Amino acid sequence: MSGEDLGAIWLTLKLATVVTLLLLLFCTPLAWWLARTRSAWKAPVGALVAMPLILPPTVIGFYLLLFMGPQGPLGQLSDWLGIGLLPFTFSGLVIASMVYSLPFVVQPLQTAFEQIGQRPLEVAATLRASPWDSFRHVVLPLARPGFFTASVLGFAHTVGEFGVVLMIGGSIPGQTKVISVQIYDHVEAMQYGNAHLLSAVLLAFSFVVLLLLHRYRKGHLHV
Amino acid sequence: MSEQAVGIAARLRLQRDEFVLDVDMRLPGSGVCVLFGRSGCGKTSLLRAIAGLERAEGVLEFRGQRWQDRYSFRPPHLRPLGYVFQEASLFAHLDVMGNLAFGYQRVPPAQRRIVLDEAISLLGLDNLLQRNAQTLSGGQRQRVAIARALLTSPQLLLLDEPLASLDGPSKAEILPYLERVRDELALPMIYVTHAPEEVARLADQLILLENGRIQAYGTLNQLLTAPDLPLAHLDDAAAVLPARVLGHDAHYALSELAVPGGSLWIAGCQLAQGSATRVRILARDVSLALQPSPGSSILNSLPAQLVDLSADRDPANLLARLELRAEGQPSQSILARLTRRSADRLALQVGMRVHAQIKAVALMR
Repeated sequence: MSGEDLGAIWLTLKLATVVTLLLLLFCTPLAWWLARTRSAWKAPVGALVAMPLILPPTVIGFYLLLFMGPQGPLGQLSDWLGIGLLPFTFSGLVIASMVYSLPFVVQPLQTAFEQIGQRPLEVAATLRASPWDSFRHVVLPLARPGFFTASVLGFAHTVGEFGVVLMIGGSIPGQTKVISVQIYDHVEAMQYGNAHLLSAVLLAFSFVVLLLLHRYRKGHLHV
Repeated sequence: MSEQAVGIAARLRLQRDEFVLDVDMRLPGSGVCVLFGRSGCGKTSLLRAIAGLERAEGVLEFRGQRWQDRYSFRPPHLRPLGYVFQEASLFAHLDVMGNLAFGYQRVPPAQRRIVLDEAISLLGLDNLLQRNAQTLSGGQRQRVAIARALLTSPQLLLLDEPLASLDGPSKAEILPYLERVRDELALPMIYVTHAPEEVARLADQLILLENGRIQAYGTLNQLLTAPDLPLAHLDDAAAVLPARVLGHDAHYALSELAVPGGSLWIAGCQLAQGSATRVRILARDVSLALQPSPGSSILNSLPAQLVDLSADRDPANLLARLELRAEGQPSQSILARLTRRSADRLALQVGMRVHAQIKAVALMR
């Protein structure tokens, strides 16, 4: 495996880790709100969150490109802040991947929170736990299988993205050239052997992830 | 009721779709008050409103502390109460000990009035502490839930049909524990149920709820024997009397119990001499005589005054309310169901002195 291949693997793992951690932070309150609200905004927000599931990645990438570009609101903001423009940078790729993988993190969390229901929180309140205390010491431990599923799906999905990366990131080695792009480049260059190797790595990775997830879910069936 | 004796003063209103709960009540600060009524009458909603789990409009005070009014609402975790839900609702991520400790740890040590060991022995949990909540029987789970609530050292214990989801043997297993909690901790309780058995065993006061409103409020004996309330006209209408064990007669295998206005002989009483208990007397097990009748095989007879004679559900029958007088105690009543024909034959008149002949007495323990 070439140095560039290893670099792509390393970049992909870094991207997926950063994206997963940021998404967990961002999606926990969002999923909690979606699971508990009776607001009329629940349906539109839920639909918006689910959009990346059905939109072609190129469409997401295209709009993100406009959004982060020199005329886009985020582009103007980042420019004004002195960060420069985000497309074709690692940060831009992180933001794009977060949008792309959002539903894969929100939905398992939302389901986990919904399954916990109202009762454990009511019990905790009558046992003197404040709402934040209840969330920390009742909801989070009870939702652990949901957090596990969300992390695994968010990570794996980010590892596997291609279309969005191509639109937003291009293929700058060490910056934006992730495994899937590297595979594409190998194929373009007729380097089928190298493409095989990297593809096999992703294939094995996906299989192991799904296997682990299945095992874990079975073990937590009655939680 | 003096200000001191008032535990809860509440004027609460709660609307949920078609249903309206609208109550105005003052409950004493001690003893067990049972909220009794059909399902859907608002018992649970009222209990949840008192706990702050349901946001009702109105004013709620507990021992002079304002828990809510138009301008303020004290959230449930700041109300010093314990709550036992119908399903034990133990935390699945904690073992029994973890569940018990959850509330205990959140109460400042200076405010703790019940310690872990005390709750564990009161509810008989010694052998269950390391167990996972899922491996417990329904009755065991509910005992853990009761101990868990007690360990917050509540000033008020709310119980929402704690036995309703249990089978018969589990119910029988828990009732004595609840009686112990009542007798050993000076803790006012509000207990929701629709089971007459639990009312008879646990209640000191009774609130009858119907369609979200309070139909009647009074002591257990008053409400069970009130001829204008539905309880007195049930098939199993019965009065409950306080009783004290006077002694045991080994020869006849009978025990003598002091009740208001006299004493009763009953079989199968294992309680120690001097202990306090309750007896239940069904209206259909009581007949009336104008004179004491030594020629009868009936063992128990109490002198009483006929204070009310009213129509019963069955047109053939009348329901008599008989007052038992006891020196220095509030008077208590029992019911007798008799045929109209018998009443006419005896020429019964309200105010007459009669003898209540009691065919069967059930010990409530």
